[in-house]
Amino acid sequence: MNPTGLSRDASVAPDIPHLAIDPFSYGFFDDPYPAHQEMREAGPVVYLDAWNVYGVARYAEVYAVFNDPLTFCSSRGVGLSDFAKEKPWRPPSLILEADPPAHTRTRAVLSKVLSPAVMKRLRDGFMAASEAKIDELLARGSFDAIPDLAEAYPLSVFPDALGLKAKGRDHLIPYASLVFNAFGPPNELRQQAIERSAPHQAYVTEQCQRDNLAPGGFGACIHAFSDAGEITPAEAPLLVRSLLSAGLDTTVYGIGAAIYCLARFPDQWQRLRADPSLARNAFEEAVRFESPVQTFFRTTTRDVELGGVTIPQGEKVLMFLGSANRDPRRWEQPDAYDITRKVSGHVGFGSGIHMCVGQLVARLEGEAVLTALARKVGSITMSAEPVRRYNNTLRGLASLPVTFTPA
Amino acid sequence: MAMTTITFIHADNRSETVEAADGDSLMMAALSHGVDGIVAECGGNAVCATCHVYVDEAWASKLDPVTDDEDALLDGTAAERRPNSRLSCQIKIQPALAGLVIRIPDRQS
Repeated sequence: MNPTGLSRDASVAPDIPHLAIDPFSYGFFDDPYPAHQEMREAGPVVYLDAWNVYGVARYAEVYAVFNDPLTFCSSRGVGLSDFAKEKPWRPPSLILEADPPAHTRTRAVLSKVLSPAVMKRLRDGFMAASEAKIDELLARGSFDAIPDLAEAYPLSVFPDALGLKAKGRDHLIPYASLVFNAFGPPNELRQQAIERSAPHQAYVTEQCQRDNLAPGGFGACIHAFSDAGEITPAEAPLLVRSLLSAGLDTTVYGIGAAIYCLARFPDQWQRLRADPSLARNAFEEAVRFESPVQTFFRTTTRDVELGGVTIPQGEKVLMFLGSANRDPRRWEQPDAYDITRKVSGHVGFGSGIHMCVGQLVARLEGEAVLTALARKVGSITMSAEPVRRYNNTLRGLASLPVTFTPA
Repeated sequence: MAMTTITFIHADNRSETVEAADGDSLMMAALSHGVDGIVAECGGNAVCATCHVYVDEAWASKLDPVTDDEDALLDGTAAERRPNSRLSCQIKIQPALAGLVIRIPDRQS
C-alpha cells in the first residue's frame, strides 16, 4: 500500500498540480478549450497523469521552453517517445529532431531554400493558381471546402514547387498525417498510423532521392547544397523528407482553419472583402485562433526551474501551442477571430531556433487563397455541419460543406 | 529600466518618438509602442524579413554589422533594399543609440 496516497510519481514536487486531462483523446479534440483553460488556471507547469508528462499551457512558459533549446532539447524526439529510451519509428529528422550544433547547419540550408527571396519568385504563380481554383469552385457553387480547396490548392502548387514526380502524390497527405499522429502517445491513432505506414514510407524514401526531383525545385536545391559541402549527400534526402513531412498537411489545416473562420464569422469576412490587403493577416490570425499544430514535446537535459517549480532532468514537457495562443495573460479577447489583430508573437509556427522553416510558404499559400476569396466571392455559407478530423498533433476538419456565391 | 529615445518616420513622413527599453530589439520596441508598419510576422526569429527598416545614414555605421543570415533575408524584402536596409529584429536598443532615427518602408509583404 502507498500510505501517502500518491501515485508512483510521488517524486514530482507536490506543488505541481496533477491533472487527469488526456490531451490525445477524442473528447479533448472535440473541444480542447475548457481543458486548455483548466491547465492554464492550474498553474504555470502542470503534470498530466494520463501520460506521465509535464505540461505548459500558458503563453509565457510555452515561449520560454521554445526559446531554451539546450535545456529543452529536441534530439530525444518532439513527440512523447523518448529517443534515449525507445527506438524512433523512422530515422530521426536532421532538423526537427536535432539540437545545436548539428541543427544549425541543416537549418541554414533549409532557410536558404525557403527564403523570402525565393518566395518573391514563387508569388505570381501561387497567386494565379489560387485565382484559377476559386473561379473553378465558384462555377460549382456548392462543394466541400476541405478536399476541394484546403487540400486541392496546396496540392496544386506545393508538390510542383518541391519538384516531385506526378506519380505517387496521393501518398503525401497520408504520410504527413502519419508523422503528426506519431508524435502522440501509443494510442489508437498512433498505432494504426504506424501499422499502415509502410507504403507511404517507401514512396517518401524513393521520392527524396536526387534523381526523382525536378531541377529548380526545393528538393533539387537541397541536394545542390551537398555539392557545395554544406551537407553530405546522405543527409540531403532526409532534409527533403522534412519538406514532405511538414510542408503540405500543415498548410491544408491552416487554409482549412482560415476558411472555417471566415465561414463562421461573417463580420470578419465582410472586413476582408472590403479590404483584400488584410488577407495575409487574416490567415495569420487563423493560425493563432485555430493553431493547426496544437502540441510539441521537448525533453529536459538538466534539472530546470520553470514557473517556480523544478522539472527534473530527462523528463518530457508538452507545450500547448493552441492554449498559449489563447492565453488571456498574453492576448486581449483571445477567443475572438479578429483579422486586424496585431498577431506577431503567436506560437502557431513555434518560436526560437525550431520555428517553422516553411512558414513563408504557408503564408504565401494562405494569402493567395484568401486574396482570391476576397476579390471573387460574395458569400460563404456552411451548407452542412463540419466534420472534425482527428490527429494527435494537428487540429482541423475532414469536411466543411459550403456554398460560394460570386461577388 | 533604462530607456533610449528612438524616432520612427513612416512612409508618409509622419513621425513617432518612443522611449524604448534597453536590451529589447528595435522590432520589439516598435511593436510594444504600437508603431505601425513593422509587421514582424516571425516574431523576431530572423525568418521573414517583414520588420524591414531604413536606418538614417548618420547611424548606420554605429550599429553592429549585418550578418550573413540577415543579408540573405534582406534580399527578400517587399520594399526596395537599400544600402541602409536592416531588419529591426537584429538591432538591440542600447544607450549609444539615443536619438536613432528609423524610416519605415511603405510595405512589408
